Amino acid sequence: MSEVALLVAATLAAGTPLAIAGLGLLLNERAGILNLGAEGMLLISAVAGFAAAFHGGSEWLGFAAGAAAGAAVAAVFGWLVVWLNTNQYATGLAVSLFGSGFSAFVGIDYVGRQLGEQRAHAVPILGELPFLGPALFRQHPMVYVAVALVGAASFFLYRTRAGLVLRAVGESPQSAHALGYGVRRIRLAAVVTGGALCGVAGAFLSVVYTPLWVEGMVAGRGWIALALTVFATWRPARILLGAYLFGGVTMLQLHLQAQGVELPSQFMAMLPYVATVVVLVLISRNPLWIRLNMPASLGKPFFPGA
Amino acid sequence: MIRLDVRPVPSLRMSVLSPLIALAVTVAAGGVLFLALGKDPVRVLSMFLVEPFHGVRALTELGLKCTPLILCALGLGLCFRSNVWNIGAEGQFLMGAIAGGGLALWVTTASVALSPWAFFPLVVTAGAAGGAAWAAIVALLRDRFNANEILVSLMLVYVADLFLSWLVFGPWKDPRGFNFPQTVQFAAATEIPRFVRGMRLHWGFAFALVAAVLMWLFMFRTHRGIQLQIGGPAPAAARYAGFSSRSAVWTTLLVSGGLAGVAGAFEVAGPMGQLTPHVASGYGFTAIIVAFVGRLHPLGAVLASVVLSAFVIGGQLAQSRVGLPASVSGVFQGILLLALLGCDTLIHHRLRLVRWTWRTAP
Amino acid sequence: MTRSFVRKLALGAVVLGATLAACAKKEEAPPAPAAAPTAKAEPLKAAFVYVGPVGDSGWSFSHDLGRKNALAKFGDKVTTTFVEKVPEGPDAERVIRDLVAQGNKVVFATSFGFMDAMVKVAKDHPDVYFEHATGYKTADNLRVYEARFYEGAYLAGVVAGKMTKTNTLGFVASFPIPEVLRNINAYTLGAQSVNPKVKTRVVWINSWFDPPKETEAAQSLMNQGADVLLQNTDSTAVLQAAERNGKFGFGWDSDMSAFAPKAHLGSVALNWTVYYEKSFGEILEKRWKPEVTKWGVKEGMLDFVKPAAFLPEETKKAVEAAREGLKTGTVAVFKGPVVDNTGKEVLAKDAVADDTWKGAINFYVKGVEGKVPSSM
Repeated sequence: MSEVALLVAATLAAGTPLAIAGLGLLLNERAGILNLGAEGMLLISAVAGFAAAFHGGSEWLGFAAGAAAGAAVAAVFGWLVVWLNTNQYATGLAVSLFGSGFSAFVGIDYVGRQLGEQRAHAVPILGELPFLGPALFRQHPMVYVAVALVGAASFFLYRTRAGLVLRAVGESPQSAHALGYGVRRIRLAAVVTGGALCGVAGAFLSVVYTPLWVEGMVAGRGWIALALTVFATWRPARILLGAYLFGGVTMLQLHLQAQGVELPSQFMAMLPYVATVVVLVLISRNPLWIRLNMPASLGKPFFPGA
Repeated sequence: MIRLDVRPVPSLRMSVLSPLIALAVTVAAGGVLFLALGKDPVRVLSMFLVEPFHGVRALTELGLKCTPLILCALGLGLCFRSNVWNIGAEGQFLMGAIAGGGLALWVTTASVALSPWAFFPLVVTAGAAGGAAWAAIVALLRDRFNANEILVSLMLVYVADLFLSWLVFGPWKDPRGFNFPQTVQFAAATEIPRFVRGMRLHWGFAFALVAAVLMWLFMFRTHRGIQLQIGGPAPAAARYAGFSSRSAVWTTLLVSGGLAGVAGAFEVAGPMGQLTPHVASGYGFTAIIVAFVGRLHPLGAVLASVVLSAFVIGGQLAQSRVGLPASVSGVFQGILLLALLGCDTLIHHRLRLVRWTWRTAP
Repeated sequence: MTRSFVRKLALGAVVLGATLAACAKKEEAPPAPAAAPTAKAEPLKAAFVYVGPVGDSGWSFSHDLGRKNALAKFGDKVTTTFVEKVPEGPDAERVIRDLVAQGNKVVFATSFGFMDAMVKVAKDHPDVYFEHATGYKTADNLRVYEARFYEGAYLAGVVAGKMTKTNTLGFVASFPIPEVLRNINAYTLGAQSVNPKVKTRVVWINSWFDPPKETEAAQSLMNQGADVLLQNTDSTAVLQAAERNGKFGFGWDSDMSAFAPKAHLGSVALNWTVYYEKSFGEILEKRWKPEVTKWGVKEGMLDFVKPAAFLPEETKKAVEAAREGLKTGTVAVFKGPVVDNTGKEVLAKDAVADDTWKGAINFYVKGVEGKVPSSM
């Protein structure tokens, strides 16, 4: 029983950076911008977050620095794709390449440094509950912030006028432009906000989840976060589900390995990826549903003059 | 402030000049960067721009490095022109490598009497089949279940990588290799024939160039090729022309998967000569950039892969010859790519200086 | 439209080519200062090829420490260069060839995947020395060296066996190659030498380096009762995860004590310096011979360092005794009877395993749970 609780707890922690980054990318994509530079943004914000936490001595300073770094990289990306109309796929990949080199370059002095002692976290009273306490209520505050962010993003997208405008820009930038909205500014704002969220996720990785900085430490999680947005059919709540599914299957396969299950570890390690595809296939079978959700202008440039 | 105006027609002059402007921007930015690091900028730049082209061996090595990039980028160009977003060429590359490597392994262990030239078409076929089969999963799930190809193709990269890992750690492991993860060295008969003895450049490079020409013919000189490109962005127009977007999904994915697979098979039967867990070196992902830097044009892909390969090779030369850290090479490569992509804006846009007012900005 | 596009591209290519050619001409004029005859003896040019970044704080970093140390020791008698992040595919051969072309007289390649590239280049350059870490192929001018990592894992195991309260150890493993399997088994045997009830759980992460995954694997092991962890991966993530959970762990590759003051029981630290000093010395004195070097605690290539101050006196004594035993040869890690975890005897009573036996390990010893992935 307690093993299950611990598995749930580990799943929530593993899913949190994926959820936050995925949410940021979802905002981008809802505005019609696909950012394949997620991996690079996560790396740069991871090193920025670590450096800030190292010098400032506070996790929250680390998150702030990560958000700022993520936003800054996203702003460059946004300027290129929104104003110069460069190809989003290629520009994103170039940002990824740049980010992995740049983070390694600036981070070299932080390799082998350590942050202060890590505190254990628990929600008062709830943390003491049997089973539920260890499963849900002894997490880093960021785990709950991620859930709150998802709620806030849902509210923003579906319940506010600004969210409606954002979705309109992603759906049909021409119509939004005709209605007098500054499509480019809105897109840039979405990209920068998304970058800031990716930045928080990157800082979470280097400051809380594995409190260290080493070059390349994000190890592909940016790609997984990108995949999650598609998986979630661009709906915030499903990002959370997808992140927990991916994190959960990852933890489960590690758990089964430790139990001594007799299946090659490579096949076990495939499980999170295969599970993601299988679930995607199941939810994609209704084509109308997907088409209703996928931002119609995703990945396409917008020329206001045309 | 500077304002971009859309040109009525793309500028011919700019389409030629933009890569040069980008190169100039990159050289200037790199020069400042290297100077700031206390390196001789001219010498460091020559590592990227001159040394990779300097001498016969350097040129053959450049060709070797280009081969997989060209093959992967050709197929991706076709996909992207048809609005099929295959970003999992890396996985298709790996499955081609597994298929080609598997065939070579069989020829080796069964001691099949074969000449390298007889093996060449076989390994091409095996690689193409492996890559196309992996891409067919993406096509099938997209076609039958409407599953997004970005996600499926990307997830299949990880699966292919782990599958290869299982093979070389398990059933295909060299029985006399002290349990290290690699197959036996393939027999000489399975080696892709080389142009010159002692140089690693093999006929796969010629295959890639021919493929580029054929792809160009297909894209712009055949009915079907043109249909595909119309079929992607505007399904209605394609239907009018009697062509379904379903068929576009299948055709482009099978072609690009097949080409990536051939690239993988060449890599294994060419310079590697055995299967190891390190077949994947990011060619499938780099090829996405190559495809776009080459403006999704087959001949552009060839040029772009030359530029990217030179920068990768140059980065390694700069490390050993002038002590430039690998991370700085990465930054420099990133600057080059962003500059190349950014400058292409000039083809479709004109820069105009306007007085800055809050309202004029769109 | 398409034709004009092609023409544009072709034109672009020509212009680009011409620019490059122009640059090339300019650069070519003064060829790099060719080995000008000097009165002083030329310094020995040595090159290192690393698979990871030198800043990985793990494997490549430890080799680079050895390089720097040799540089300091031999002064102006040697010069060194290195290339980091070299992929273990076709790139390796080009990099190594280029290093030779630059006049390096000895090339150290520090990852297994460079083996066949080294063999090929060594064949073409009989006048250059080649040194390959962790491989097994040798030639007249190519030799191999490696550390007996498992001795360090054994010493960690002795401490772990004493310190575990649950009698369950955890091991975060990278890839099922013999070295890693030896380490898992040695860790378990070391623990069983002081505590026969110990069992070991293993999780494979299929990577040498993925800090978040290492953390997750460590978490998973601790969730299932493992309370002393060892890893065969490069980062400090596993040790830090142990610290956060109030469990124990070890440093690997280098002294990691600063990362986890409460969890750190000791570090298995590599010291390539001893080998690089030997190698440079042999080349400079012209007595380099092709041979196989496998060094461990005895030769100082590896040691169990910084045992935690809070270890009980008895534990400290036990590990010190084992360490001394390894040095003097009275303790052997793989000494019969060794029984695998299916109950089969793999090493007869009182037999001491030789290197061939150790090279062929593809099983878990009794006490390790599960099955070796590469045997399934």
